[in-house]
Amino acid sequence: MRLLTGNDLRTGAVTWWTGTDWSIHVGDAADVAGNEDEIARREEALRRVNVPYAIDAEMHEGHPRPSHIKDRVRALGPTVRPDLTLKPADPDIGNWVI
Amino acid sequence: MYKYDSYDQAMVDARVEEFRDQARRRLEGKLTEDQFKPLRLMNGLYLQLHAYMLRVAVPYGTLDSRQMHALADIADKYDRGYGHFTTRQNIQYNWIKLEDAADILADLSKVEMHAIQTSGNCIRNISSDHFAGAAADEVVDPRPYAELLRQWSSFHPEFSYLPRKFKIAVIASEQDRAAMRLHDIGINIVQRNGELGAAFYVGGGMGRTPMIAPCINAFVPLDQFVTYAEACLRVYNRYGRRDNKYKARIKILVRELGAEEYTRQVEEEFALLLDQAIEPPLAELERIKGFFADPDFDRDAGDDIDRSDPDFALWVDRNTVAHKQAGYVSAVISLKPVGGIPGDATAGQMRLMADLAKRHSFDELRVMHTQNIVLPHVRKADLHTLWSALDDAGLGSPNLDTVEDIIACPGLDYCSLANARSIPVAQKISERFAKTGKTGTLGQLKLKISGCINACGHHHAGHIGILGVDRKGVENYQLSLGGSEAEDVSLAKITGPGFSEDGIVDAVETVTGVYERERTDGERFLDTYRRIGMAPFKEALYD
Amino acid sequence: MTDQTPPAEGRGPDTGRLIRYRDDEPVDHGAVTVDAFLDQSNASAVRVEPGDDARELIPHLERLALVEVNFPAFGDGRGYSSARILREAGYAGELRAVGDVLVDQLAYMRRCGFDAFDPDEHLDEHDVEAAFARWPEVYQPAADARTPIWAKRHG
Repeated sequence: MRLLTGNDLRTGAVTWWTGTDWSIHVGDAADVAGNEDEIARREEALRRVNVPYAIDAEMHEGHPRPSHIKDRVRALGPTVRPDLTLKPADPDIGNWVI
Repeated sequence: MYKYDSYDQAMVDARVEEFRDQARRRLEGKLTEDQFKPLRLMNGLYLQLHAYMLRVAVPYGTLDSRQMHALADIADKYDRGYGHFTTRQNIQYNWIKLEDAADILADLSKVEMHAIQTSGNCIRNISSDHFAGAAADEVVDPRPYAELLRQWSSFHPEFSYLPRKFKIAVIASEQDRAAMRLHDIGINIVQRNGELGAAFYVGGGMGRTPMIAPCINAFVPLDQFVTYAEACLRVYNRYGRRDNKYKARIKILVRELGAEEYTRQVEEEFALLLDQAIEPPLAELERIKGFFADPDFDRDAGDDIDRSDPDFALWVDRNTVAHKQAGYVSAVISLKPVGGIPGDATAGQMRLMADLAKRHSFDELRVMHTQNIVLPHVRKADLHTLWSALDDAGLGSPNLDTVEDIIACPGLDYCSLANARSIPVAQKISERFAKTGKTGTLGQLKLKISGCINACGHHHAGHIGILGVDRKGVENYQLSLGGSEAEDVSLAKITGPGFSEDGIVDAVETVTGVYERERTDGERFLDTYRRIGMAPFKEALYD
Repeated sequence: MTDQTPPAEGRGPDTGRLIRYRDDEPVDHGAVTVDAFLDQSNASAVRVEPGDDARELIPHLERLALVEVNFPAFGDGRGYSSARILREAGYAGELRAVGDVLVDQLAYMRRCGFDAFDPDEHLDEHDVEAAFARWPEVYQPAADARTPIWAKRHG
């Protein structure tokens, strides 16, 4: 599957296209295979996202998980600062990333 | 240290308002991201892996306690309570919002700081010797020359859209503590027959194609050296490659033309530019020098240090450096606690360092390119008080220039260019050596880690260098040996096939084992490597 | 390019986007390439591309009334050097920046000696005004008449 991601123009936060809107949680991301360019163009023109691009992902325990480690680090936060990630209380989150 | 006059302040203030206007136009859609990107980069604002990242300039690494307090306040107010000191003697914040960026720049301008030209294809923040003004071996304090170049290069109308970024370092001693020859231009202020002049080294750099800069002019008179720099830049701006980003640095131009031909073109341009009267008068250099006069040293300060506390004595031995003034040392605050993140400091730690600088170091701090902080002028008699306060705050690691004093770029944990994580490798290595207790016995050992080929972690210049690469989606680490950024500059060579994350920690331990077995008295790791060559290390690693 | 003129020919003065800081009449014919100009053309207007050596024009500055310096992409800064080199050599005619000329480059271009701008895209008047008024001082001498800060400090 393909996910569309980018950054919020104002805040810089990493965001994922959910099919109707942008979310900071990769778990909310929708498969955009085939439509990525069109959605990216439209959303960027509306300045609802900055520099969007599509990545590969697979389903993992019912939620999309990016295929490449860089995108997984990006989705979650720095592995060396679990307290600053989106899931600071999850002790197993490192296994999801690596 | 240098203080702004109304002119300097007006320029920085104008820049803040310019950026505020540019950010507004971006948010309103009047600028595309392609148009905005170089503008925000020239104000230090990147779009990184998780958010915007802001890099703040610390010109030639020097700052005072008021400025360090302001950096701490920014960390608390606009970021997440910490900052990262970099190999370019700057500080960067990882969690910045575009809508806050102009306000941060405005806060910085109130303490005579900025983020001007800390990124982008322009002349970057000028770096220098972190012991400038304190080192026993310097010919002269290099910082006034760096400040003169800072002003010359700020908002330079001709050189703001160069083929690629441009980094200048200025030193003034035989010992090179600023990786001078690994810069686009390295300047060494030297003395010849009682006269001072500038030796120009051009075309060095790390990155994808590491090069050691050749000397193109051994002595440029001080009343012409800005003009000479202008000539170096003009030849580069006109003829540096723009067809391929990876070949656009000046080192490639110098290599392709040959140092001799590049020098000929510079000299030709220099001769023409001399007629243009663009050189600031020596009076301006003298004015700037006035700001860098020695502080009011206690001429009666004693040399005695009470070494009865062994932990303190170890810190003194490892983390203090000889000073030109009797009774004083430069004290290095390690930002490399065992298992910690190299170069990171919390807002609280920044405030403590600021207060200690005010109390014990004539209100001055330096950022080292090795991602530590220096209090340049500390009375030996004050060292125990200083160390106690540092140690209580987790800033007392006695590991300057040891295997624990690792340079590491932010790597894949923060950087969108990275291929592998650097910080966890640094953490594991420092933990391993702290556990085996070998840190001290291995002596001076400079270990440097980059998470990609751009080499922000200076791996080419490490006695031991580590480069993270992406091998089919899995992090992999190449080991290299024999680099040095100092006056004995050399580029490290790769040992062979790479290692996994845990494998690289074992590999570092293996090569230090070879060193322990082979070393002769007084030899550093680097000396042993240079004497015995790569073969014994390879054998231990791969056979 | 937003008009129909072939790039090598340059363009006339009246595309509607021209910003000009000169009192004399604009040249009324298109600019020729540097090669064509050096090849014995009678043109008084020439167009310098980023890869051209502006110094080749220096022996002929007397008969030039317009030099266009093309910026095919705003990030290619060679044209700044071309402009300054011509002014340093004494060129006093019109020096016009054309192409991908954006509002945030105008002030630096002016400092390098440009006195006319013909951008591909229309520039907002207020933004242009703000850009030229931006810098209260300058740190270095260039091809304009501004006095550098160091000269004021020691004046």
